[in-house]
Amino acid sequence: MLWQQMINGLTLGSTYALIALGYTMVYGIIQLINFAHGEIYMVGAFVGVALITIFNLNIWVAMLLSMATCMMLGIIIEQIAYRPLRKSSRLAALISAIGVSIFLQSLMTLINGPQPVAFPDVFKNSIHSIGPIEISTIQIIILIVSSLLMLGLQLTIKYTKIGKAMRAASEDYGTASLMGINVNRVISFTFALGSSLAAAGGVLVGMYWKSVAPLMGVMVGLKAFVAAILGGIGSIPGAMLGGIFLGLAETFTIAAKLDTYKDAVAFTLLIIVLLFKPTGLLGRAIQKKV
Amino acid sequence: MDNILNSIINPYYVQVLTLLGIYIIAALGLNLITGVTGQLSFGHAAFFSIGAYISAIISLNLALPFIFSLIIGGMTAALIAILLGFPTLRLTGDYLGIATLGFGEIVRVIFTNMKITGGATGLAGIPRETSILIVYFIVIVTVWGMHRIQDSRFGRALVAIREDEIAAESMGINSLWYKIQAFAVGSFCAGVAGALYAHLLQYLNPSDFGFSRSFEFLTFVVLGGLGSIPGTILGTTILTLAPEFLRIVADYRMLIYGALMVLMMIFRPNGLLGGVSLRKTFFSGKKK
Repeated sequence: MLWQQMINGLTLGSTYALIALGYTMVYGIIQLINFAHGEIYMVGAFVGVALITIFNLNIWVAMLLSMATCMMLGIIIEQIAYRPLRKSSRLAALISAIGVSIFLQSLMTLINGPQPVAFPDVFKNSIHSIGPIEISTIQIIILIVSSLLMLGLQLTIKYTKIGKAMRAASEDYGTASLMGINVNRVISFTFALGSSLAAAGGVLVGMYWKSVAPLMGVMVGLKAFVAAILGGIGSIPGAMLGGIFLGLAETFTIAAKLDTYKDAVAFTLLIIVLLFKPTGLLGRAIQKKV
Repeated sequence: MDNILNSIINPYYVQVLTLLGIYIIAALGLNLITGVTGQLSFGHAAFFSIGAYISAIISLNLALPFIFSLIIGGMTAALIAILLGFPTLRLTGDYLGIATLGFGEIVRVIFTNMKITGGATGLAGIPRETSILIVYFIVIVTVWGMHRIQDSRFGRALVAIREDEIAAESMGINSLWYKIQAFAVGSFCAGVAGALYAHLLQYLNPSDFGFSRSFEFLTFVVLGGLGSIPGTILGTTILTLAPEFLRIVADYRMLIYGALMVLMMIFRPNGLLGGVSLRKTFFSGKKK
């Protein structure tokens, strides 16, 4: 029972972690809470469904194309809605992000209608039992794909030139640009990377719940954001830890038959963590400038 | 009065204008917290909903006059703001915003699960006590009160905290205490507005008070111009009436609304009336 819930929690948590990475990377560099990120995840899920049902594509091809589409979308959103606001107040950028999220939600509602759409059966979903634990094929796929993506992200950030530039920009934006780093390119790349992970998360979650809807990004986006804060916003391992932590906490709440309170769990945890460690579990302390 | 008005103007417009007044009261409260004191709050809808539910429950269960349920609704919101403020107002900037966002969602979930609030089905049959006259009377009182606050020693201390908290502290301002007071007053306004809302619509549902409602209030204040009373009123008016006018293009209404928010921030990042205050414009004849 306990191990069973662990598996369910890990599955849920790894999807939160995938989306949380986008929040944390963007925040790490430009200190913007990108409220449109949950909508990118939603668009990713819809693009995946469309590619599979209309063009009869293989699920993996569909997932890659959906990631590529959202990469473009992320870059375009940054250029139109955030770049002109880089020098104005952070609240203005925040309102702009909320505007983008309303725009994407209503655009998708216009195209698709408000009703949810069924995600096609792409796998024969069988249940495997390992000892007392039962795990479904889709759960295995979610765990493997999200681990691979997170590993890929870590390698990109640790060992590539652009990854190094990202780390430099998140350390000190101004100095990085003085050192000859094209900060605009780094920011575009960050949005592209984060959006593609969100799209993959969208396709995986759509596959898991077998349906996608125009408003699916709202709650999940908010929880992924909470996961990013829990882990310490700006920290990539923190986002992964926060996502898994949140997934487990939520699954155990449901297992304890308190499922009507499951949406409150994330936020209660958030407030408790913020009160004792305001920068999150793995976050660094901010220096007050006098 | 309402009956006379309703016979002259379309009752639907009266309803929209009354709602507008209610939103102005709540937005002015948020303006004190975010605009004047500089504390990011994503949980304003929570205080709005607390005022709404408390006053509705009082009206339904006790035979108190409307004015009492209105004041108790506001006071409860203010009290909870003080209790929440002590731990959370030590957080700065985004972290405070996120904590208040979390608080707002918790309040919504609690209202969804309580029996006395009608749970997820909502609370119906609240007596209709709110009229356009009462609402605009309270709007005028709020504007006057906010103007007095901003113009006082207390208000200047709040602005000092917004501009530089550490410098304000070193000038002898007890910033936590001032922030809590501002938070309580702002939340009181939200509570009163919520109580008016409950007695106007006669029906409450917890899903109406999610974080998107909080963002809506924040948008009103930011669009109008942070810290500016006329700005807050203008921002609320534009954003409340815009969806009504956009009904002609009903299907594209929210699409345009979202795009408008982005465009306005790009072309007017400080809000429409950023930096404009009542005192500077109307009372001393000088513009900043």
